[in-house]
Amino acid sequence: MRRLPFLFLAAALLLAEAAHADSPQRIVSAGGDITEIIYALGAGDRVIAVDSTSNHPSEAVSKEQIGYIRRLAAEGILSLQPDLLIAAHDAGPPAAVEQLRAAGLRVELAPKGNTPEGVLEKVRFVGKAIGLEAEGETLAQRVERDMAKALETAKGYTDTPRVIFVLSERDGAPLVAGAETSADAIIALAGASNAAEGFSGYKPMSQEAIIEAAPDVLLMMSQTVERLGGIDVMLSRPEFALTPAGQERRYVAMDGLLLLGFGPRAPEAVRSLATALRGG
Amino acid sequence: MSETSALPRHAAARFAGIPVFALLGAALLIVVFAELALGPVRLGPGDLLAVLLGEGEQGPSAILLQIRLPRAVLGLAVGFGLALSGCAMQGVLRNPLADPGLIGVTAGAAVGAVSVIVLGNYFVGDLPAPVRPYALPLGAFAGGLLVTAFVFSLSHLSGGTNVAMLILAGVAVNAIAGALIGAMVYISDDQQLRDLTFWSMGSIASGNWMQVSVTTMLALAAALGLLTMGRSLDLFQLGERAAFHAGIDIEREKWRIALMTAIAVGAVTAAAGPIGFIGLVAPHMARLIVGPAHRNVLPAAALIGGALILGADLAVRLAVPPTEPPIGLATSMIGGPFFLWLLMRRLKRGGF
Repeated sequence: MRRLPFLFLAAALLLAEAAHADSPQRIVSAGGDITEIIYALGAGDRVIAVDSTSNHPSEAVSKEQIGYIRRLAAEGILSLQPDLLIAAHDAGPPAAVEQLRAAGLRVELAPKGNTPEGVLEKVRFVGKAIGLEAEGETLAQRVERDMAKALETAKGYTDTPRVIFVLSERDGAPLVAGAETSADAIIALAGASNAAEGFSGYKPMSQEAIIEAAPDVLLMMSQTVERLGGIDVMLSRPEFALTPAGQERRYVAMDGLLLLGFGPRAPEAVRSLATALRGG
Repeated sequence: MSETSALPRHAAARFAGIPVFALLGAALLIVVFAELALGPVRLGPGDLLAVLLGEGEQGPSAILLQIRLPRAVLGLAVGFGLALSGCAMQGVLRNPLADPGLIGVTAGAAVGAVSVIVLGNYFVGDLPAPVRPYALPLGAFAGGLLVTAFVFSLSHLSGGTNVAMLILAGVAVNAIAGALIGAMVYISDDQQLRDLTFWSMGSIASGNWMQVSVTTMLALAAALGLLTMGRSLDLFQLGERAAFHAGIDIEREKWRIALMTAIAVGAVTAAAGPIGFIGLVAPHMARLIVGPAHRNVLPAAALIGGALILGADLAVRLAVPPTEPPIGLATSMIGGPFFLWLLMRRLKRGGF
């Protein structure tokens, strides 16, 4: 009978251990959208390190930095003694992910998703992975409601502006978003159309093709606008000066992760893009 | 001889009596040990011993056996392969600036690898599943072999292999390869672009035992072959005519060297990406230490090459943990300045 307390203690410890396995305390997060979701679930204090694409919220930036998501260093991550690596679908290289699993680290790769449903899937996935399934469900429902409202707002506009998204520039030619890109998806959700047609992915587009496409609005990430010398420089470039966008000075500059991340702020992105595209 | 020897004859004598190779070997062993013992994850001597005895825990065992050991083995293969290929190239072309990159072997391998990264979507899915992870190394290996065969055949058109022709054909092949890679970059999507940018900076973190052992076997077989070429390479320094009169089948020797270089460079580039400067720098360092005779330069260059690669890998692993810069940055950072210093030295001596 004297042993009973010890048995209880052992059982309690085992349970604690089991609970711990479901609720990781030292999380390494790779992928801006994933990190945002973890913070939105209120588990930001359990994150010990993030990748270079995780720049929101600002507290995430001060965490330990593991570098670029497709260039993870297995041993570097292990040195942080994490109990979970949760990453976007494109984390790599595969060899590093394999090595991390071999070393006994739990690795969870989120589903790919740049649709409203994809966002919800990611939220539920992350909630489950970090032991906050109920909170994940709540957040998913909130995002779903907000998204419905945002889409309603977008549908409220009767016009369909033709938008061109410039990611950056390669060898002097603007790198423009074609079909099957996050930019194309968010433009459609905001009730606008992508002026760059006939190709998929991000491609350098010739000056004449841009003039031919006649976009009404130039959309860029605010970081890129800065880097390429400000919006005036961009709008006065010949390929944009000769388009409706350049002549009426219609442009939208938004934070890259907000615009393209398809994280929990996706409804906000849809709403602000839809409004901004109409000069709001 | 004067073309390839960076030091006069007395250099070798300076080390007479000192077991130079024992020192080089010891240095290499120390670097290998450091590669295994040091890293972002701190493993105590107890952990290392436990793993060696097969009693380690999962974490330390995986780190040592799945991460550090394959890196060390691959690093040695890469170092040996590149250093010996560079050494043989410099010898047979009688050109101190030659390295496998010069005649386009590396560029050919790069075209193969980049093609797989960018065009892989179209055909990799059709390959049987076990082969898929090896599509990239296979592509690189095939690219390297193809270019070597092409360049050597071209230089052979005029009868005997023409060294000037070989180098010029290499320049042309490099230009064509650059254009092909440019075309791939153009049609690549965002993610492929990043993958190929990083691939082109090299890494020995591939970490897969299957790939490491295949690469190592190919590179070591070629390396052993090249190690036996010392006498031929020495005679080549007298000029091809003299070498011929000394009883060497110069055409056969050239083809043997070309084949082994292509195998070694193709295999290591396939596994680790294009790693610059080791093929150029290691032989020069070896000559500074052991003098110009190839039977000494070859093994010394191999030992130095292995130590340089592992040293560079150790540097990138320990520099900014938990991230890891590409190893190509480190080798070029060591190799570039060394090469400049070499040029300045020759300039002062009126070597050009």
